[in-house]
Amino acid sequence: MILEIIGISVLWLFLFGYIIIGSIDYGAGFFNAYSIVTEKQHILSKIIKRYLSPVWEVTNVFFVFFFVGIVGFFPETAYYFGTILLIPGSLALILLAIRGSYYAFESYGKHGHKGYAIMYGLSGLLLPASLSIILTISEGGFVFMEDGNPVLDYNALFFSPLTWSIVVLSIVAVLYISAVFLTWYANETGDKDATDLMRKYALGWSIPLIIAAAGIIVELRFHNPFHFESLLGLWWMFAISFVLWILTVVLIWKRRNYRTAFWLLVGQFAFAFFGYGISHYPYLLYPHISIHEGFTNTAMAISLIVVFILGMALLIPSLYLLLKLFLFDKNYIKGKK
Amino acid sequence: MLFDDPAYASRMLTLLTLSFHIIYATIGVGVPLMIMIAQWIGIKNNDMHYLLMARRWAKGFVVTVAVGVVTGTIIGLQLSLLWPSFMELAGNIIALPLFMEVFAFFFEAIFLGIYLYTWDRFDNQRKHLLLLIPVAIGGGMSAFFITVVNSFMNSPAGFDIVGGELVNANPIMAMFTLAMPTKVTHVIATAYMTIAFMLAAFAAFRLIQNKNNEYHKKALHMTMKIGLIFAIATALIGDLSGKYLAAYQPEKLAAAEWHFETTTEAPLVMWGVLDENNEARYALHVPYALSILAHGLPNSEVIGLEEFPIEEQPPVVIHYFFDTMVTIGVFMIVLSLIYWFGMRRKWAFVEKTWYRWFIVAGGPLAFLAIEAGWWMAEVGRQPWILRGIMTVEEAATTSDYVGWMFVLFAILYFILGVGTIVVLRYMFHKNPVEKELERMQQGGGQS
Ligand code: HDD
Ligand code: HEM
Ligand code: HEM
Repeated sequence: MILEIIGISVLWLFLFGYIIIGSIDYGAGFFNAYSIVTEKQHILSKIIKRYLSPVWEVTNVFFVFFFVGIVGFFPETAYYFGTILLIPGSLALILLAIRGSYYAFESYGKHGHKGYAIMYGLSGLLLPASLSIILTISEGGFVFMEDGNPVLDYNALFFSPLTWSIVVLSIVAVLYISAVFLTWYANETGDKDATDLMRKYALGWSIPLIIAAAGIIVELRFHNPFHFESLLGLWWMFAISFVLWILTVVLIWKRRNYRTAFWLLVGQFAFAFFGYGISHYPYLLYPHISIHEGFTNTAMAISLIVVFILGMALLIPSLYLLLKLFLFDKNYIKGKK
Repeated sequence: MLFDDPAYASRMLTLLTLSFHIIYATIGVGVPLMIMIAQWIGIKNNDMHYLLMARRWAKGFVVTVAVGVVTGTIIGLQLSLLWPSFMELAGNIIALPLFMEVFAFFFEAIFLGIYLYTWDRFDNQRKHLLLLIPVAIGGGMSAFFITVVNSFMNSPAGFDIVGGELVNANPIMAMFTLAMPTKVTHVIATAYMTIAFMLAAFAAFRLIQNKNNEYHKKALHMTMKIGLIFAIATALIGDLSGKYLAAYQPEKLAAAEWHFETTTEAPLVMWGVLDENNEARYALHVPYALSILAHGLPNSEVIGLEEFPIEEQPPVVIHYFFDTMVTIGVFMIVLSLIYWFGMRRKWAFVEKTWYRWFIVAGGPLAFLAIEAGWWMAEVGRQPWILRGIMTVEEAATTSDYVGWMFVLFAILYFILGVGTIVVLRYMFHKNPVEKELERMQQGGGQS
């Protein structure tokens, strides 16, 4: 019992990590493409090169961690999700490939191919959209069994308002998270134009974000009343999240403490994300897999957790070093080194 | 077949993705070691050429790593998408090394990021070199852990099946299987060997264009020596792999050797074609060699393919894969040995253009050997995905459209492959060695 809770918490934590740092990466690509289209070129491309190129691989490993980890802790998910996600999963992989190869080809090869930058930017919006569909599916109602095999009902999925509200939220969240982070980062680099531009984007996306988030709660009420009930039980987490959102927006509005603003935003998303996750309990795929039945054997669970602890002992100092050198090193971010 | 049989299409897609990923993965395992050696010699002897070598290889490495990460992520997720039943079972027993592998990736990715973007941030070059050690270890560990998983597929262990249910799972036993020691060491040795010969091929090619180039001469000399060492190690471990097969997967060895009847004093059959009576024609027979490969003694008994039920016999085409691998392995040993002797004894011909063309050919050939080795190992496991426990048919996804995904990914890999070559060419043409050397001598490091 306690083991599966540890397992799902670790996975959820890394998924959260991926959502935050992945959003920064996706959103930056989109803003970059947008500035190319609107001829405000290269305000952002420098930041992308200096900040994102050294860390994108690490970002990617967060994703790998999640899908490897979930198969380890909850092998049954491999069977259900693996079978139904062939097409959405493959499309997401292609989008990931476009992004990864951009770092390989664009930043080190010829400079500035317009079409490529735009593809890279668009993939940053399509990716969260396609990945977020998995959350929709896990709400249940889109998977049925045929000859003992799970099958995805694409029609129902496509015409469900829940699908589209989650897609919209994921896109807006990406743009908002990334804009807030880049405001801070640009400010640290002392690049005034970029800071102003990003601040404008951050403020612009803040209202749509809260509307989209509220929309989902309404949709859930119709789609999965069971989930909706447990969501209401955790109302205080969403309330805290909302307050943090207000604080972030105020700070950005007043052009003060961008750094604090970003960490408040992380808090806002943490409360909302964990509130959502906890209310999802105990189902991984409603109603087919729950974390209890789908859990691996005890021996595997314990060894995975031991490896996780050892792994973190190795990783945390290394990650700290990476951030110190690239994210917080004053000379580096100012472009002096 | 591709469009109406999900199991067949899944096999083809796995084949495609893995065959593509292994190229970049091998580079990912091997190149950090070569950079390390070059940079170390450079620092020790204060030799600009070796330092530049390390720098140029590292630059190219950035491109291949990125594609390696992309294709690796693809295969990682595809395993669940294409083989859901297998991954469900595997998740219960062999998830541990897969999970450990992720930490190896993390480790490698973090230090690679730091290494690549800090060329000029350390006053002490040795400190910068230190950063490479975790990268090389991370790459090696990735290969180690994933090959552990593959060994498990060949010789499953660490659990019992009682009434169709999996019980007594022991993740540690599942990692240390019978196939593991030879497989892991062979894979890692071949990665180092292949990369050494790949870099040698580049150097030889440049020397053909421009004969008296000190930089490329040093690069060639160094990589050929490293290549020789690992080529010999590869052959020795390969021999042990053969002994493993003879003992625990005799059907694979028999199919690879076209050895149909159980006999003693078995000859090694190389190449040739099978006639309708399953006799090898036009083949090269090396007397006793198969008995020696299998058990180390010329008169020992080698089990033939006929002893296995038809439906459990691996396809006999793996014979050609095996022969390709072994032929190339022997060729590379001979080539690098002659080069090494020739350089010591000052034989003129090893510095002739025609000899260098052989070295150039060695690079792609080594990669071909890697591919052939994997095809033989994987196709030779047919019909099993987990030998003796689960077949490929049972493991494959039941969803439609796998064939279309194959087409989609084939296009993607084509673009990635061509892109890699174009970008690397552009990168090195724009910054020729001579120019970079000048720049380094003038003191400004940054290129
Ligand atoms: C540069 C590549 C290369 C070269 C020159 C060789 N091999 Fe190899 N071989 C591999 C690359 C490889 C590989 C790609 O690494 C494989 C595929 C699966 C594996 O475990 O390693 C492999 C597998 C493999 C297997 C099958 C193991 C299994 O299925 O469990 C055997 C019996 C050998 N090798 C034997 C040899 C021998 C006797 C060689 C003589 C020189 C040789 N290999 C050269
Ligand atoms: C089924 C087989 C395999 C799977 C599922 C797999 C999975 C992966 C994944 C997910 C990544 C990306 C990690 C990241 O995000 O940084 C990756 C990269 C890598 N893989 Fe594979 N891999 C497989 C086979 C292999 C083999 C056989 C080797 C070694 C011989 C290998 C060596 C590497 C290395 C060194 C990297 C780091 C990237 C690079 O340097 O190119 N992989 N692999
Ligand atoms: C990276 C080097 C590898 C290459 C080039 C390779 C190659 C192949 C090939 C050619 C097949 C198709 C076999 C057939 O159609 O008969 C295959 C199948 C497969 N391989 Fe590997 N393989 C590699 C490593 C691995 C590893 C490390 C794993 C496990 C983690 C793995 C898992 C599988 C699976 C699940 C299949 C499908 C089942 C089958 O057809 O046997 N492969 N691979």
